[in-house]
Amino acid sequence: MRTSPAFRVVRVVLLLLFAVFFFGPLLAMLDFSTRGTNGSRTWAAWANLVEDPELNRAIVASLLLSLFTVVLMLLLLVPTMIWVRLRVPRATRLLEFLCLLPLTIPALVIVVGITNVYQWVTYFLGDHVLNLTFVYVVLVLPFAYRAIESALSSIDATTLAEAARSLGAGWGTVIGRIIVPNIWSGLLSAAFISVALVLGEFTIASLLNYENMQVVIALLGKSDANTSVAASLAAIAFAFVLLLLLSVVGRSRRTEGKVT
Amino acid sequence: MASRTLRVSLVAAVGVAALAACAPPAKNTGSGGSGADAATATSAADLGGMDALVKAAKKEGKLNVIALPPDWANYGNIIKTFGDKYGIQVTSQQPDAGSQDEIDAAKRTKGTDRAPDVFDLGQAVALANTSMYAKYKVANFNDIGAQFKDPKGAWVNDYGGYMAIGYDSAKVPAPKSIDDLLGPAYKGKVALNGDPTTSGAGFSGVLMAAVAKGGSADNIKPGVDFFSQMKKAGNLVPVDPTSATIKSGQTPVVIDWDYTNAAHVNDVKTWKVALLPNVDPVGGFYYQAINADAPHPAAARLWEEFLFSDQGQNLWLAGGARPIRADAMVKAGTIDKAKYDALPKVTGTPVIPTTEQTTKMSDYLAKNWAAAVK
Amino acid sequence: MSRLARLTPSLALLPFLLYLTVFLLVPTVTVVVGAFAENGTFTLANITALADPVALTALRTSVLLSAVSAVIGAVFGAVLAYLIVSGGQASWLRRSVISLSGVLAQCGGVMLAFAFIATIGYSGVLTVWLRDHLGIDIFGSGWLFALPGLILVYAYFQIPLMVIVFLPALDGIKPQWREASVNLGANGWQYWTQVAFPLLRPAFLGATLLLFANAFAAYATAAALVSQGNPIVPLLIRSGLSSEVLLGHQHLAYALAFEMIVVVAAVMGMYGLLLRRTARWLR
Repeated sequence: MRTSPAFRVVRVVLLLLFAVFFFGPLLAMLDFSTRGTNGSRTWAAWANLVEDPELNRAIVASLLLSLFTVVLMLLLLVPTMIWVRLRVPRATRLLEFLCLLPLTIPALVIVVGITNVYQWVTYFLGDHVLNLTFVYVVLVLPFAYRAIESALSSIDATTLAEAARSLGAGWGTVIGRIIVPNIWSGLLSAAFISVALVLGEFTIASLLNYENMQVVIALLGKSDANTSVAASLAAIAFAFVLLLLLSVVGRSRRTEGKVT
Repeated sequence: MASRTLRVSLVAAVGVAALAACAPPAKNTGSGGSGADAATATSAADLGGMDALVKAAKKEGKLNVIALPPDWANYGNIIKTFGDKYGIQVTSQQPDAGSQDEIDAAKRTKGTDRAPDVFDLGQAVALANTSMYAKYKVANFNDIGAQFKDPKGAWVNDYGGYMAIGYDSAKVPAPKSIDDLLGPAYKGKVALNGDPTTSGAGFSGVLMAAVAKGGSADNIKPGVDFFSQMKKAGNLVPVDPTSATIKSGQTPVVIDWDYTNAAHVNDVKTWKVALLPNVDPVGGFYYQAINADAPHPAAARLWEEFLFSDQGQNLWLAGGARPIRADAMVKAGTIDKAKYDALPKVTGTPVIPTTEQTTKMSDYLAKNWAAAVK
Repeated sequence: MSRLARLTPSLALLPFLLYLTVFLLVPTVTVVVGAFAENGTFTLANITALADPVALTALRTSVLLSAVSAVIGAVFGAVLAYLIVSGGQASWLRRSVISLSGVLAQCGGVMLAFAFIATIGYSGVLTVWLRDHLGIDIFGSGWLFALPGLILVYAYFQIPLMVIVFLPALDGIKPQWREASVNLGANGWQYWTQVAFPLLRPAFLGATLLLFANAFAAYATAAALVSQGNPIVPLLIRSGLSSEVLLGHQHLAYALAFEMIVVVAAVMGMYGLLLRRTARWLR
C-alpha cells in the first residue's frame, strides 16, 4: 500500500539515521575490544571468552531460565489478561497497576524484600539457579503485559468471544483457539522481551549470589578491560541471534491474514 | 458479590503474605561431623593441627569469597594460588560489591551453600557487624600488633595502604602538590574512585584533599571545597575509574589507594603512583573476618591461614599493599625485599581516622557533598 | 445467577493473584513497612527525611529524566515501529529490527555507559574524529555526565522498548480501515489524525507509561555514567542500602522506594484519566 517513491526514500533515510544511532556505540565497543598495543588490531580478547568452562555452564543456565520464565509467564499472564478483558473488566486497572509495580521497585529493593520468600523456595525446591525463574517472571510482567495488551486492544475480543460462545465453544476453546491466535504478535513480543530480559539480568542474580550468564561475564571482564567489552558485545550478539531464531520459528506458525 | 470476593481474596492474600514473610524452619544442610567441628574451631589446634585443617578443607572442596576484584591487592593471583595449592574450588562472588554488600549478602543467603565464607571489610562496616564473625586465631596471630586485631580473633587487619594519586605519565605531568590538579593540564582528567558517601576509597580521597589543604580527620570541609573547585574548573570526571576507562584514556588521573592504583600499570605501561609530597598520608586498613554461618567453615579457616602465612602476605605485597605482618617478616627475612623496597615512601604521620571521626565526617559529607559537586 | 456463578469469574484470577502475592506483594509490603520503621519501631522520621533538599532534588531530576526520555522514546520508537511495519509481515528487516530491539531494550549499565563514553566522551572515537578533522568539540563541559547525557543514553534503550511493545498495536491496524476512510473521501492526513491515531492512542499512552516507569527505576546505567552525586532517586536508594561510609540508612532507602511507588501510582492515575477522556467511543 505504501509504495510511493517519496515515502520509500524517507523510510530509507530514517532507517539509516536510526542505524547510525544504535550501531555507533556498538561499533565503538568493537573498536575498543579489538585494540592491541600500539594501535594494532587483535582478537585476543574474544578468544578469551571461548576458553572459559564456567561460561558454558552459565550460558546453559541462562537459556533454561529464559525458557522457563517465558513458559511460566505465558501460562500465568495470558489466560488472566484475556479473562479480565472478557469477564472481569473492573479488574483492569488493578491488573495494570500490579503489572507495572515490579518496574517501579529497583532490583536492589526487590532483593531485600524477597529474601525470606526465597528461603522458602530453597527450602522446598533445593538450591538451584533455576529458582530465579520465579522472580524473573515478576520482572518481565510489566513488559509482557504491555505487549500483550497492545495486541488485545487491537482486536474486538468481546465480540469474538460472544460469537464463539454462541456457537457452543467452551471458555478453553475461546481462549486457546480463538483469542490466542489473534494476539500471536503480542505473545511473541512478550516472549522476546522476556528472553532478552532474562539473558540480560544481572543485578538480582548477582545479589543472590547465583551464577547466570551476565554474572559470569562480569567476572570474566574483571580480569581484563578488553575482554569485558568483548564479553558484553558477545552477549548482545548471542541474544540477538537467539531472538532472530525465535522470530523465524514464531512467524512460521502464524496464519496468513487475520481471523475476522 | 464481587466486593465479597475481593475481601475474601484479600484476606487469603494477606495470610499467604504473612506466612511467606516469616523465615522457613532452618534446614540442616548436613555438612557432617567435620563441618560442625570446623564451625566452632577457634584455631587450627582445635581440629588437630594444620594437616587436619587442610584435610577438612579439601573435603569441603569449595570456598565462597566475595567482593574481591582480581586487580585489588593482587586478589586474582591470591585466589588462583590458593585454589591450585589445595585443590579447592574458589567462587569469587560480586567482585564489585562494597563492604556493606558483603554483610547484606551473608544475611540474605544465610543457610545456603551460596553464602560467603569470609569477608574483607572496610573499617566502618567491619566494626559495626562484629556479631557476624567467627572467632579464629591464625597460626601467626601473635605477629600482629594488639591494635590491629580483635583479642579473640573475630577480626584481624590484613593489609593497608595510603591514598595516592595515580596518573598516566605520558598524558599528564607528575602532580607536585594537590593544587596542581586544579590546573589546565588536568582538565577533564581527574577521577575519584567512588562517591565519598558510599565508597570508603572515595571517602578517603576527600580526606586526603582535606589534609593537604589544611584540614584533618576532624575537619573534612577543605576537601569537599577542593573537589567542588575541581568540578567547577572542569577537571573532575564524575565517573568511577575502571580498567577500561584508564586504558581508553578517559580517566588518566585517579585518586585511589596506592595498591589499587599500582595495579593499573597492567592497563597502561606509563602509569605511575605517587603520594602527595610533604603531606601527611591518609591510611587505611582492611579487616579479615570469617562468617559465623559459613557454609564451608574448614575452607574458610584454611583461607585465613593462607592469607596470613608468608606466602599470602607476600602475594598482597606483590599487589602493592602493605601486609600487616610486614615488620615481623622483615625481621625474619621472609619478606619479598625487592617489592617491599619498591613501595612508595611514606613521609609524615599517617592519618587514620577513628570510628567517631569517620561518623562525623560522613554526616558532613551526606549533607554537603552532592551540592558541592553538582 | 447463583452465588457460586457470580463468584467464579473472579476466582479464575486466583492463581495469578496468589503468585503475585508471594513474589511481588510480599517484597513490596516488606519495603513499605520498612519505610515506616526504624530499629523495630514505627516512625515517620524517614518519610519526613524525604523532604530534604538532597532527596527532593533527586526526585525532581528523576521525574524530569524519566518523563523526557519516555516521550523521546515513545515518539521515535513509534516512528521506527511504523517504518518496519510498513515493510511487510515476514520481512528480514522487521525480524532483525525486532530482535535487535529486544536485546537493546534490556541493554544498560556499565557497558552502555562505557559505549557512549567511548563514542562521544572526552577521548571518544567520534569526539576525537570531529575535533581533529572538523574542529568541532562535542564534549564541551561534560554534558554527557549530566542530565542531557543521561537522557541521550536512556533513549538508547527506551526507543527499542517502545518498538517492542508498540508494534503489536500497529499490527492491529487493519487495511480495511484505510480502505473505508478512503471510500468516505478522507485523505492520508485525515485518515491518520482522525482514525488511526485515536485508535492507537490507548496503546501509545500505555507504552509511554511503561517507558516512564522503566526510566524511573533504572539505575545501573546512571550509576555507571554519573558515579558521583546521586542525582536520581535509585542512586540515592543504592547509597542508602550499600554505602560503606554512611551506615544504618537502610530505612531511608525503603522510604525512597515507597516514594517511587507513590509517584508511579500517581502517574498511572493521570494516565487513567487521559485514557478515559480519549477513549470514550472505544470499548
